[in-house]
Amino acid sequence: MPTSTPPASAAAERKSDLRLDAKVPGGPIAAKWRTYQSQLKLINPANKRKYTVIVVGTGLAGASAAASLGELGYSVECFCFQDSPRRAHSIAAQGGINAAKNYQNDGDSVFRLFYDTVKGGDFRAREANVYRLAEVSNLIIDHCAAQGVPFAREYGGTLANRSFGGAQVSRTFYARGQTGQQLLLGAYGALNRQIQAGRVRMHPRTEMLDLVMVNGQARGIITRDLCTGQLARYTGHAVVLATGGYGNVFYLSTNAAGCNVTATYRAYKRGALFANPCFTQIHPTCIPASGEHQSKLTLMSESLRNDGRIWVPRRAGDTRRPEQIPEAERDYYLERKYPSYGNLSPRDIASRAAKQVCDEGRGVGPVVAGRARGVYLDFDDAVRRLGKDTISQRYGNLFDMYQKITGEDPYQTPMRIYPASHYTMGGLWVDYNLMSNLPGLHVIGEANFSDHGANRLGASALMQGLADGYFILPYTLGHYFAANKLAPVTTDHPAFADAEQQVAERTGKLLGIKGRRSPDSFHRELGGLLWDHCGMAREAAGLQQALQRIPELREEFWHNLRVQGDSGELNQELERAGRVADFLEFAELMCRDALDRQESCGGHFRSEHQTEDGEALRDDERFCHVSAWKYEGPGRPPELVREPLVFESVKLAQRSYK
Amino acid sequence: MNLTLHIWRQKNEKSPGRLVKYKVENISPDQSFLEMIDQLNQGLIEKGEEPVAFDHDCREGICGACSMVINGVPHGPQRGTTTCQLHMRKFRDGDTLYVEPFRARAFPVLRDLVVDRSGLDRIQQAGGYVSVNTGAAPDGNAILVPKAEADTAFDAASCIGCGACVAACKNASAMLFIAAKLGQLAHLPQGQPERTRRTVAMVEQADREGFGSCTNYYECEAVCPKNIPARFIAEMNRDYLRAALLSREFDAQKPPAGDDT
Repeated sequence: MPTSTPPASAAAERKSDLRLDAKVPGGPIAAKWRTYQSQLKLINPANKRKYTVIVVGTGLAGASAAASLGELGYSVECFCFQDSPRRAHSIAAQGGINAAKNYQNDGDSVFRLFYDTVKGGDFRAREANVYRLAEVSNLIIDHCAAQGVPFAREYGGTLANRSFGGAQVSRTFYARGQTGQQLLLGAYGALNRQIQAGRVRMHPRTEMLDLVMVNGQARGIITRDLCTGQLARYTGHAVVLATGGYGNVFYLSTNAAGCNVTATYRAYKRGALFANPCFTQIHPTCIPASGEHQSKLTLMSESLRNDGRIWVPRRAGDTRRPEQIPEAERDYYLERKYPSYGNLSPRDIASRAAKQVCDEGRGVGPVVAGRARGVYLDFDDAVRRLGKDTISQRYGNLFDMYQKITGEDPYQTPMRIYPASHYTMGGLWVDYNLMSNLPGLHVIGEANFSDHGANRLGASALMQGLADGYFILPYTLGHYFAANKLAPVTTDHPAFADAEQQVAERTGKLLGIKGRRSPDSFHRELGGLLWDHCGMAREAAGLQQALQRIPELREEFWHNLRVQGDSGELNQELERAGRVADFLEFAELMCRDALDRQESCGGHFRSEHQTEDGEALRDDERFCHVSAWKYEGPGRPPELVREPLVFESVKLAQRSYK
Repeated sequence: MNLTLHIWRQKNEKSPGRLVKYKVENISPDQSFLEMIDQLNQGLIEKGEEPVAFDHDCREGICGACSMVINGVPHGPQRGTTTCQLHMRKFRDGDTLYVEPFRARAFPVLRDLVVDRSGLDRIQQAGGYVSVNTGAAPDGNAILVPKAEADTAFDAASCIGCGACVAACKNASAMLFIAAKLGQLAHLPQGQPERTRRTVAMVEQADREGFGSCTNYYECEAVCPKNIPARFIAEMNRDYLRAALLSREFDAQKPPAGDDT
């Protein structure tokens, strides 16, 4: 294992006294989880109800965790900011969920899924976690099928599969273009069953605004009721954050409007380490922005790349309609550059390639902010080969959605797509038990950093959310309870009063500025800044510029923000303002991490570090580690703590999809 | 495009509401309906007025949060489309639009266009699931489902729980919603053991929530953003009738005498 030499940055120069222990069990990789499971301490069934678990978020990870913990007999307090747990943003996932079932007899195995995921993540994930993820993937499919999730089926009644980016086997299970909704409805059903049984108490339209630490343990949260504005204190024996990713920091993203970094960022300010914040995924197949009014970008499932061919005109500035451009004057650039994976190249690679051709002036579609940003995704060949019926069976709802948004019919004219912020691999640092460095604070799903390294493969997010919630946390959380002494804590404890007061003061401050700019206008400006300097390609000068500009913008926010209304009512502007305030701090952490990581890996592409033909150039000597950042107080740079990544079962190689 | 809007403004659940007139200008036909409201709100904030509250989240037609009645039609004039996916090219320059919340006794208005749809959650809590614990499942392919049945189950399962069916119904009935939830599981082998119990429990819960009965107007089908067919209601009625005639679980669902909750 090469040791990392610290790069020169102000934050890194301080010597850390904090050591990260990932608590990865010993033994061969294939036996680790099973052996560990048999050694975990247990809680007597009759005693489980005496333990209260706070679960924040009801996407795939949160809903599956709350339901499974309820089934085991724990008392669960579950929170979401949406009006119903079913609306959490996992609902919008389209393409599918991976599992190593090998139902297609095409050579898949747990090891292959593990290897593809580690390689897809550009060797920046923790090996043992990824292996466990691949191992439990099969249980997820079994469980979801038993719940009545309407997966796609073959005529014989068996489950159907399709292939997805970054893999050469067909291991993706799907439910038309609604896999996320169907899996979430399964987990939501399980959650509803526990609510009905009285073991889960559900708190919708409730936002977590702070984490409460008592005697060094995570013991509660402060919430705001989004209808009445009432602040409340909840205590538990453990806190589970399943609050998703921070992709909305870019303002324009495929995330839902409400997605935010607030829960994880406030936990960070209470001492939880934030790992690899610069690892963000830009998804290659989204509908391009149509103008300045754009509020979000819509994803078109990556599965479209199975049958669609991506191209741009060979010549820059070619403004002919696509059907007028003859075959010889088209550049199918993914097929040209990556002949073996072609249109199914991993997301980071496909995204950068699209940016490159558009930067060369070969983009198509409307010119927004001075440039046409779009490439064609063409189904003409596929329709001719397979017939319109087959294509409509496979992608009908996606084609309809595209037509609704753009007014164009993809059966007639190629779709236009462009990359957009979609997923964040970074998140709160967790050990093998999915617990952060703060005892009792567990983090699952997209909110943690653990399994996708520097790039996530398609159909792996649903897998990870459900693996964490159904099959990992229910084991490791019990062990935490059994192995630790947890003194009784009530919400009268001064730590709760302090945290609540801080939340109230902050709300008061947001309302009291009475400046001129809306929260949205700050968010939009921040997003543009990050997209330019910390988006698909990053370089030192741009990152330094962003690091200078972000504090200025934050300063303006706290002096010139306008929030109408008051705190004791349903106030969506106030909610937004609180989230934008956190993004304005978090963005700095992201740029700092991107500046510190002087290599290119996965979704993190530093222009200074590329091969001759423009591929990401990793530096395993210096950067084969997780960068976890520790909050040091306002105005002080965070401390960088490294967890070295040790690979015993795979050999580090340059990713090649040629 | 320039438009005249009449939007329902209501401070909270207890105060009375009214339609307020606004003008919006320079709207692009490529804007979504919600982006048009965003633009109105930015203008209101700049003028120091309170922006219009409305539910929205994914903005891609799947979370089911958005819930406006546009010119009398839940989710507006385009069939099979949620408000967030409705684009301004469906309207004409100079149009006058009336924008109201989803209205039903079981959907109290919380503020402006935001309503409380938690009744739909409680209907599902009453039984809208297969009771299987994590860890208890057989191999995925041990349960074979004929493709046609799986496809029908999916058609029902595509319900996004938005409540447009309730808002469109003159009885404020939630029957299309319930029938979709029931239909998914009724068409799958996994759903059979609890089929009767589930049907009775969910229908009775809807009654307790104050949703109305179905009298076959099919307004629900016309406004459903996922085009869920009303024939699922017929299937549900058949299951409910069978339960009423034959099942011992029917009486078990009735609250004990004297208990009127």
